Amino acid sequence: MSRKDRMSGNQAIAVAIRQINPDVIAAFPITPSTEIPQYVSAFKADGLIDTEFIAVESEHSAMSACIGASAAGVRAMTATSSAGMALMYELLYVAASDRLPIVMAAVNRALTGPININADHSDSMGAKDSGWIQIYSENAQEAYDNMLMAHRIAEHPDVLLPVMICQDGFITSHAIENIVIEDDESARAFTGEYNPAKHLLNPKESLGVGPYSVSAFYMEMKRSQFEAMNNARKVIRDVSEDFAKRMGRSYGMFEAYRMEDAETAVLLMGSSAGTGKDAVDALREKGVKAGLVKLRVFRPFPAEELATVFRGVKALGIMDKCDGFSGNGGPLGAEVRAALYGKSDGIKTCNYIFGLGGRDIKVEDFRVIFGELKDGIDGKPLPDCRYIGVRG
Amino acid sequence: MIEIRWHGRGGQGAKTAALLLADAAFETGLYVQGFPEYGPERMGAPITAYNRLSESPIRVHSNIYDPDIVVVVDETLLKSVDVAAGLKETGKLLINTNSEPESVLKAFPGFKGSIYAIDAADISRRTIGRNLPNTPLLSAVVKLSGIMDEESFFENMKKAFREKFSHKTEMIDGNMNAVREAWASVVPLNEVAARN
Repeated sequence: MSRKDRMSGNQAIAVAIRQINPDVIAAFPITPSTEIPQYVSAFKADGLIDTEFIAVESEHSAMSACIGASAAGVRAMTATSSAGMALMYELLYVAASDRLPIVMAAVNRALTGPININADHSDSMGAKDSGWIQIYSENAQEAYDNMLMAHRIAEHPDVLLPVMICQDGFITSHAIENIVIEDDESARAFTGEYNPAKHLLNPKESLGVGPYSVSAFYMEMKRSQFEAMNNARKVIRDVSEDFAKRMGRSYGMFEAYRMEDAETAVLLMGSSAGTGKDAVDALREKGVKAGLVKLRVFRPFPAEELATVFRGVKALGIMDKCDGFSGNGGPLGAEVRAALYGKSDGIKTCNYIFGLGGRDIKVEDFRVIFGELKDGIDGKPLPDCRYIGVRG
Repeated sequence: MIEIRWHGRGGQGAKTAALLLADAAFETGLYVQGFPEYGPERMGAPITAYNRLSESPIRVHSNIYDPDIVVVVDETLLKSVDVAAGLKETGKLLINTNSEPESVLKAFPGFKGSIYAIDAADISRRTIGRNLPNTPLLSAVVKLSGIMDEESFFENMKKAFREKFSHKTEMIDGNMNAVREAWASVVPLNEVAARN
């Protein structure tokens, strides 16, 4: 039986980890993800999990330890944020190319500088091309649910890729909200046992993990990652469907909110989607045909489905909680526009940069965005990219 | 939906109070949010924490700009922070103070809502033995929010204290006395001023 509870996003992730009871967790504390290894070490001390908890001396070592453990054939996890994730970047590529199904709880925080502890997506966006599956959560419930699904996606034989489950630092990681927690047995049964087909410590079948790859092999390795990432689309869908069947909460690659007849729409990821939905409801009450798409899975990127969902939309605001400093907008802006090109042409778009370093975004800000998009339909030029909620 | 904003200073427990209120409201079956605004925390620096309490699921994830209730944990903040900013005209302002009602009222000349005072420092010192204003303030804000009646709130708190102080049972009575006294003593300041 599931139970109704209230807790923060970090607590929710910790509960999922306790239920999953992974073999190894290696972590180094960094705000705002610090609470996760804190809770886990308390679970360990209280005998609630038999996880090997490795308190390493840096995030570089945390991911290195996860790589070693996962290659040896066990479930390995970590949690990190911001500069901690940046210190892992090199190892993130190693984990993905070694096809190790490591799971990370990423608590999104701005990447310095100026130094800042609050939420934006610049940390995980810096790892967008590392070969990790990336799933973003709107609230504590989604962080918990996504974490329960993560291992099955990562460990699927057609995938074998690491997964990061992202949530917004402080906004959800440190906010108490209502949540439904599954009972331990159901959660554990859903995640299942991990029995890797191949692993380093199998004396019957010798295996090399992470050796030097000459040009004659390197590109085949990369193409196998490409195929695994493509395979992940179906696996994510299947695992999410099974989750919906067993737990009653359904998730797709993205959530289309009031998109049926939408003329103006926004696309974004993470906690601000909830604020956006309130804005959409308020606009709908006034007869404005507004809609919202909350992207859940950023890697693999659901380009085709996005082109389909926006067909019929006249103006679209693509909202990035990260500036890629291309001079032309953020990563979501670039990828969504590329997805639309040639498939759903003619949609006017503006790439809004918002919420950097924890800058609050209000329902009112969404009203401004939808207003600009409407003006764009009426012929007023829309800029390619603009900052919203900023002075000057 | 009831939106509440807490003003305190780092180390005084405004964040804890907001989380306790979320817990209490959750027990009544409400949807809740309790969250602080994080920054470079220092002891004594002004901090803000928030609550949303609602009968339907809460999706919005922004700070609160037009609260129904504002709680001021430390009255010295009145000099430096515009605590009533955005407070609804029908809103309630609860201040932890032992100042004369007239001098508190004077600080909010244009405010049309109700101002309430509670001497949470005094109540907690007498009942708990230390200046721990959270428990009396929580009691007062629950009363002002109207989310629970007196009896069920007291029952709820007794249960919470029994769990929290299972190894320090002598703390239970003091905290319950703080809850009861605060509930009884929170009054609109303009009524007190008129009486004087």
